[in-house]
Order: sequence, then C-alpha cells, then structure tokens
Amino acid sequence: MSVVVTTPVPTPTTSAPARRPKVRTERLSARASNAGLQVAVIALTLAWTVPTLGLLINSFRSGGAFNTSGWWTALAPPFKFTLDSYRHVLGASDLAPSFFNSFMITIPATIIPTAIAAFAAYAFSWMKFWGRDWIFLALVGLLAVPLQLTFIPLLTLAVHFGLTSGNTLPLGLNAGFLAIWIAHTGYGLPFSIYLLANFFRVLPQDLFESAEIDGAGPVTVFFRLILPLSVPAIASLVIFQFLWVWNDLLVALIYIGGTPEVAPLTVTLTNLVGSLGQNIQYLTAAAFVSMIVPLIVFFALQRYFVRGILAGSVKG
Amino acid sequence: MSTPLTGLPTLQVDWQTLLTVNLPALMLVVIGVPLVLAAYIVGADILVRRLPKRSQVSVRPWVWVGPAIVIVGVILVYPMFGTIFRSLFDRHGSTFVGLGNFTRLLTDGGILIVLRNNLLWLLLYPGLVLIFGLLLAVLADRVPYEKPVKSLIFMPLAISFVAMAIIWQFMYYYRPPDVAQTGTLNAIVVNLFHGQPQTWVQDTRYNNFALIFIGVWGATGFAMVILSAALKGIPGELLEAARVDGANELTVFRRIILPLMMPTIVVVGTTMVIFALKAFDVVYVMTAGNYNTDILARRMYAELYSAGNNANASTLAVILLLAVVPVLIFNLRQFRAVESRR
Repeated sequence: MSVVVTTPVPTPTTSAPARRPKVRTERLSARASNAGLQVAVIALTLAWTVPTLGLLINSFRSGGAFNTSGWWTALAPPFKFTLDSYRHVLGASDLAPSFFNSFMITIPATIIPTAIAAFAAYAFSWMKFWGRDWIFLALVGLLAVPLQLTFIPLLTLAVHFGLTSGNTLPLGLNAGFLAIWIAHTGYGLPFSIYLLANFFRVLPQDLFESAEIDGAGPVTVFFRLILPLSVPAIASLVIFQFLWVWNDLLVALIYIGGTPEVAPLTVTLTNLVGSLGQNIQYLTAAAFVSMIVPLIVFFALQRYFVRGILAGSVKG
Repeated sequence: MSTPLTGLPTLQVDWQTLLTVNLPALMLVVIGVPLVLAAYIVGADILVRRLPKRSQVSVRPWVWVGPAIVIVGVILVYPMFGTIFRSLFDRHGSTFVGLGNFTRLLTDGGILIVLRNNLLWLLLYPGLVLIFGLLLAVLADRVPYEKPVKSLIFMPLAISFVAMAIIWQFMYYYRPPDVAQTGTLNAIVVNLFHGQPQTWVQDTRYNNFALIFIGVWGATGFAMVILSAALKGIPGELLEAARVDGANELTVFRRIILPLMMPTIVVVGTTMVIFALKAFDVVYVMTAGNYNTDILARRMYAELYSAGNNANASTLAVILLLAVVPVLIFNLRQFRAVESRR
C-alpha cells in the first residue's frame, strides 16, 4: 500500500501501431505526476516542520546573533551554537520549580480520571442498571460543553472549601493542586469513559462468562481480565490525558492563577512571553524545556496514541 | 556568568523546599492515589457482597459508576446550571435582570467583533484542518516515506498552545524594511518576493487569519491520522476496479474515496468545531485579544479576572454554550445512529 503509482492500463480497442507511443507518454506522465506528488508531500512536510526547527535553532544561538539575523543564517559555517539560553532559563528563572509543578499537577490528574473512567466504563459496558443508556448519552453530550461555563460556580466552591493556592493541606500539599486535580478529573471524564467503554464493549463476552462460572467476582474480572486486555486503550488514554493536562493553560490559570509557587510550565512560559522584551532569545529555550516531556511521551508512545484516537472515532 | 534576566519575575529556585517538601509530597501522591482508588473498589465490593443476593445486582453497578457520576455532576453539570442562573442576575448577583445582560452585551459594539472573530474561527479552523488533513492523508499514502512524514506533521499535537504561540511569534516576527528580517515569513516575503515586511499579528486586515493558521498547524496532524486510517479502510479492489474502468485519480477521489470517508470527515469536523469554540490559548498568548482578535473564551476570562464582572462572564459563557448546542445535538444524533447500527 506504500507506493501506489497509477499504472495506465491500455484499452483493448487501441490498434497496435498507435498503442506503443501512447503507453510511453502515459508512463511519462505517470512518472511526472509521481514527481509532482513527491514535491507536494515534501513541501507540505517542510512547511509543517520549519516553524519548530527555526525555534530549535534559535534556542542554540547567542542573543546578539539572534537579534540581527534569521535562524537560517546559523546553518552556514562558521557554526556558533551555545547552550547559554538553556543555562539561563533553568538557572535563574521560575522554570525549574514550574517543571516540577507540571509533574505534580499532571501525574495525579492523569491517574485519577483514568481509574475512575475505567470503573465506570466497565459498568457501562458489562452491567445492566436503571438509566444506563441515558446516563451514557448525557456523558457524550457533556463532551461538547465549554469548560468556561463551569469556572465561576467551581471557583466559588473551591474558595468555600479552602481549595485555593493560598492554603496548605496536611503533608504540606498546596490546596491549589487538589483543586486542579479534581477539575481536570471532571473535565477529562466524559472523553475517557467514552473511549474506554467503546473498547471494553468489543471484548469477547464468553471470556467473562466462563470466568463467572469459575466463581470470579466483578473485581477479579476487572483486574485480571479487563485491565490486561485493555492495555492499548488505557495506554492511549493515559497519553491523551497526560498531554492535555501538561499542555493546559486555561484551567491552570483559573484554579491557581498567578501564584508562582504552584504554577506549571505553561503559566510561567506565558508570563515570560509578556515580560521578556529584549531578551526574547531565552524564550526559545524556555519553550523547548516545556516541550521536552510531551515530545518524549509522544514519540515513545506514538503507536498507542494513534490507536487510541482511532478507537474513539473511526471505530465508533 | 549568568546576567540577570531583565524584567523577569525572579523567584530564585528554592531547591531546599523542592527536595524536602515537594518531592516527598509527589512521591506520596504517586503511590497513594492509585492505592486509594484500588482500595475504594475492592472495599466497596466487599460491602456489596454482604448484601442479600438480589440487591447485590442492583447496587453493584452504582459502586462502579458512582465516583464518575458524582464528579461529573459536581464539576460539569452543577456549574453549568449555576452559570446559566448567574447570567440572569446583575454583577452583584442580587438583582434579577432576566435577559438584560444578553441585550446589553449584544448591543455593545465591542462584542460584535468578538462574535465575528468566533465565526471566523468556526468556519476557517475546521475547514482548513479538514482540507489539509485530507490532502496529507491522501498524498502521504502514496509515498514510500509515509511514516516519517506523518510523524512530523502529527508532532505539533504534543506541543502546548503556549509553545506553539512562541514558535509562531518567530514565524511572524516583524522588523522595519531597512534591516535584515529575522522572522521566517517576512524573510520569505522580502527576499523571495521583494515585498514589504508585514505586521502579521497587528494588522487587522489579516491578523485573525494568522492566529487561526497557528491552530490549523497544530490540529492538522490529528485530522490526518484519523482520515488516513479511514482511507486505508477502503478496499483496494474497489479503487483498482474504478481505475481499470478508466476513471482518473480525481474521479476516483471524488466518486469513491470522498463518499466512503464522509462519516469520518463528519466526526473530525465536529471535533474541530468544538475545538474552535473553545479556542483560548493562542489568542491569549499572541495578542491578549488586542488588534481586533478577541474571541468569546478569552473575553470571558478577561471579564472574570480583569474586570471582575461575574454577570458579563456568565453571560458570555452561556452564549458560548448556545453556540455549542447545535453541535451537541448533531453529535448525539450521530452517536445514536452509530449505536443503532451496532
């Protein structure tokens, strides 16, 4: 399926003498269109890659060079690449603590919704209960609700229960973290349940029946059969939720606002955009620091990720 | 050698706190959270098993869906009604004004530009994402290096909108015509086409398009991957048969590929429409809504935080919800149609 060149098929009605040159021109045009195809594909790929590449190159250039010439000039000798921007950004700015904060926010905000969604998806796909289909339908509907609609009432609730970044919970945990975990769990659940239920539903039914006959309860079936069989779907969901939370700006701005002690990378980076007038080159390094983790996750687990996207859309 | 960054809100890295307070907290959370969740489901099932056999069957499902329903209820459903309720009161939340907030906001000149921009996002963003996604899915399918091409185009999906905005600031960077251009786009305009450098982000004639394209750049890979899977699902014999019958590639695409992919195109399109309505980060980072680029989501954030006007913010959120309702109904119809075919 990789190389599909349009091979011309001669029509049987063509007479022999006229046939030869015709085939040749058709082959030529097929080759030309193939060359055109290659040019188009490469041009589009370049167009999609150049913005990131330009930023990457600029992040390894010194400030002076950066201000006077474009990133492409660095590709010609003499090469003068430096790690100064990265040293600056990791050493003197808020970036190191916010790197940590991003993990602190993202790890629980990935584990909690995935687990709760797996519980619910199991019930939705393998148990019968009152209102099951309607509740599931309502969840699908909630996929489209804009997050902005929830902010004001939820902020009021968060303040009422002391879940703001100014408070400290037992074990020294900043209350703002708890607020943002709960928020991300709520925002992530409709999609997570939808994705997992679609996957659970198509697992072979006789497997569960025979397990039940052997005396396995739902907990055993869930942990011993469903989870191991659903590793691809769960892995893709974990990647999805991880990327979405790690890259989120709006939810973080709302629930922990401008508090630098708990701000994740996206918030710190946005503040840098506003404040770094002349030293704009440090921004390039900062952007790449924020991209390292999602890019590693993305390239390492791309195959699962793609499969997960497809489980939620094409198959459904 | 490190000179201080000018204008940076400096907070010296507090490694002491990081390592003695925060890191142990993180470890505890990483181990503790899954333990609590597993303990819940195992513990609740032990309790359920003590019930009489008949009520076990009716109680057990609620143990499994319970946490999800409670959280979705608190985080999504309750606030939804709360916001609709608030949009009907004045900014102090005390006097009932009915639809007063809506009529006041909609007659305000500023909001009309916001609505226009949202409409632009709603039309152009899904449209361009679909066109580029479909084009790339079809073209990449025919070259031997399909995998790396798709990975590179898919990559922006892993990047935050904030980082994307920074990447594109460098694409759109403007310098006066008499000095060397450092922005990629202006360098192309000046050096290849001998044009004048443009202020892509500030010029109100086309800055909305410049911002929307950043979003398109980010989402095209997502559309491409899904559309490509649908494309590969079309049986090869079908396409070959058409080609044998003398159909050219364009006809094959229009008459066979496109109709067979329609359901998938609709799914991707719907997702993109929802994304377009929720768009926030790009505008927030690139222009903060200035130069006539504001959109509903960012304006609502500004009303909430800068202006402290809960009535306006709630009203804008409800307008956003009203815009989503048709998509929501369409989505549910689609979903039920697919379900009934199962």
